[in-house]
Amino acid sequence: MENSVWIAALAAAITAGTPILYAALGEILAERAGVLNLGVEGMMLVGAVSGFMVAVRTGSPWLGFLVALLAAGFTAAIFAFLTITLRANQVVTGLALTIFGTGLSGFLGKPYVGVPLPVSFKAVAIPGLANIPFIGPVLFRHDPLVYLTYILVPCLWYYFYRTRPGLNLRAIGENPAAADALGVNVFALRYLYVIMGGMLAGAGGAFLSLAYAPSWLENMTAGRGWIAVALVIFAVWDPVKALLGSYLFGGVDALTYTLQAATKISIPSFFLKMLPYVLTLVVLIIATRQTLVKHIGAPGALSIPYDREER
Amino acid sequence: MAGSFLTWEKRLEPSRVMVVIVPVLAVFMALLVGGIFLAATGFSPLKVYQDMLNGVIGSKYGLSETVVKAIPLMLTGLGVSIAFRMLLWNIGAEGQFYMGAFGASWVALTFPHLPAYIMLPAMLVAGVIMGGLWALLPALPRAKWGVNEVITTLMLNYVAILWVDYLVYGPWKDPKGFNFPLTAPFSKAATLPVIAGTRVHLGLVFALVAAILLAITLWRTRWGYEIRVSGESPRAARYAGIKIERNIILVMLLSGALAGLAGMSEVAGITHRLQHGISPGYGYTAIIIAWLAKLHPAAIILVSFFFSGLIVGGYSVQTAGVPAATVSMLQGAILFFVLGGEILTRYRLHFGRKEAK
Repeated sequence: MENSVWIAALAAAITAGTPILYAALGEILAERAGVLNLGVEGMMLVGAVSGFMVAVRTGSPWLGFLVALLAAGFTAAIFAFLTITLRANQVVTGLALTIFGTGLSGFLGKPYVGVPLPVSFKAVAIPGLANIPFIGPVLFRHDPLVYLTYILVPCLWYYFYRTRPGLNLRAIGENPAAADALGVNVFALRYLYVIMGGMLAGAGGAFLSLAYAPSWLENMTAGRGWIAVALVIFAVWDPVKALLGSYLFGGVDALTYTLQAATKISIPSFFLKMLPYVLTLVVLIIATRQTLVKHIGAPGALSIPYDREER
Repeated sequence: MAGSFLTWEKRLEPSRVMVVIVPVLAVFMALLVGGIFLAATGFSPLKVYQDMLNGVIGSKYGLSETVVKAIPLMLTGLGVSIAFRMLLWNIGAEGQFYMGAFGASWVALTFPHLPAYIMLPAMLVAGVIMGGLWALLPALPRAKWGVNEVITTLMLNYVAILWVDYLVYGPWKDPKGFNFPLTAPFSKAATLPVIAGTRVHLGLVFALVAAILLAITLWRTRWGYEIRVSGESPRAARYAGIKIERNIILVMLLSGALAGLAGMSEVAGITHRLQHGISPGYGYTAIIIAWLAKLHPAAIILVSFFFSGLIVGGYSVQTAGVPAATVSMLQGAILFFVLGGEILTRYRLHFGRKEAK
């Protein structure tokens, strides 16, 4: 009895944490490469709306997911062009991307508000694994997009810390001039990782509109992109810690819904809805203090445009 | 990159011509991009833009509404700009606006019998204090431990909006308000005087005075000098013995106070009550305005009128089915093009290969 409540809560935490996880992994890629992209919220919304539009029209959630990756990746490419090639201020360009993405998604999505999705991503129990007591129902009865993150997180970790290209990625974020001197193409790689990061943010958005909700609503990300940006700091740019952090936030997210549904508790829903934002604030403060104490921190060249002539 | 098709040559001085040309060009390009999206979704872009323009300059109402909506944009824009000058990315003007509106409303609703000459100053002070405090919350951890203020200020926007929603849906809801999410109307003493026949209220004077005071502070006082140096070269500021932590807190207080003043003048000047969704994103538009105006107070006043016109024009075409989000799409696109164009003020662009050095 007790067990089933826990199982439901943990499974819900994973589902609710997955969109944040996708976005956080994307932001880790960009920030590791030395580019601070604050447009995550906007890219998620572009992913959510474009994925939904395509899935409604074609009836294929996978096709929607693919288009979400491409559309969000395209907006990330705009950001990359402005910040990497034209060396525009990364903070303000990121804000511009969020404002533009919010507006564009609201504009394109207007006819799709309230439209039902013919086929959404459905939970698939993984044969064998799903029957493991406790762990099975918590981890292995989700939709394919959740399983994708199970693969993505260890792959990213391995890539960062155990491969040559991963080393180059970290190098262009820590010391681009040195990497450049060793023959690493800083500009091209930064483009690559910013665009890939945008695609992952788009995946997070598409998860919301194609699996989690599944529907389109203006501004449906409700700050998850920003929470993901905060989470990257909390996770000290580590994909595994990002996974744990995402599930923590997912748990709080899911908890607010459960508490709202439970009529016995008389906390006004407005205060419950504040919870994820307040938690982000508190966690960010604690995490920042931790990084100060332990002398671990952001990639050295984060948010500094690379300029060969100013070496 | 060496040998590439496009090459940049750094200008010794930022181009004065480009400073003016780039924003104008950016607006034009953004309208072009917006037009493509409008056309793709079955609207006639020229007709939509013409109707928007008509909605603004075609009537006395449109013109006065443009002034009315410029007021909160000016105040929040000024607030954002002072923080941006110190490279403090306060994007919490939206929340600070809501808290200012809350503070002013609290005075108006709690002491309904105050005479106007006490009521209005008290509301102003409450709005300024609440806005300032809401900015102080992220300022303290930023000053002490370097906690990223972009995220903290933004998170507090959501909290402030939910707080006001809680009040207007809950304990402060007007019992005679037909269940709408708004408070009872303020007493007559709690309303700002207006120009007869329009909704243009005293907040306009607040904004203009604030702009002048801000300009004087920036270029005529030691503190203003410190702010400018801290933003332009933080390292030099530290060597010069400028107390950065103290200035972070003071600048954020001022920044939030101006946004709070905007919230106060909106409830006292326009709505005369606190209500759900009192800002259609003024605090975010303020960011674009501040950047477009190069953080200059006088330019912020001018640019605010343009963005206000965009908002008013946007409202006027919504009845024709044009999505409300068109305006924020255009705003984002304008900022994109301005950011992209800025390189033209700092660099000279050459096509073709550059001569070997």
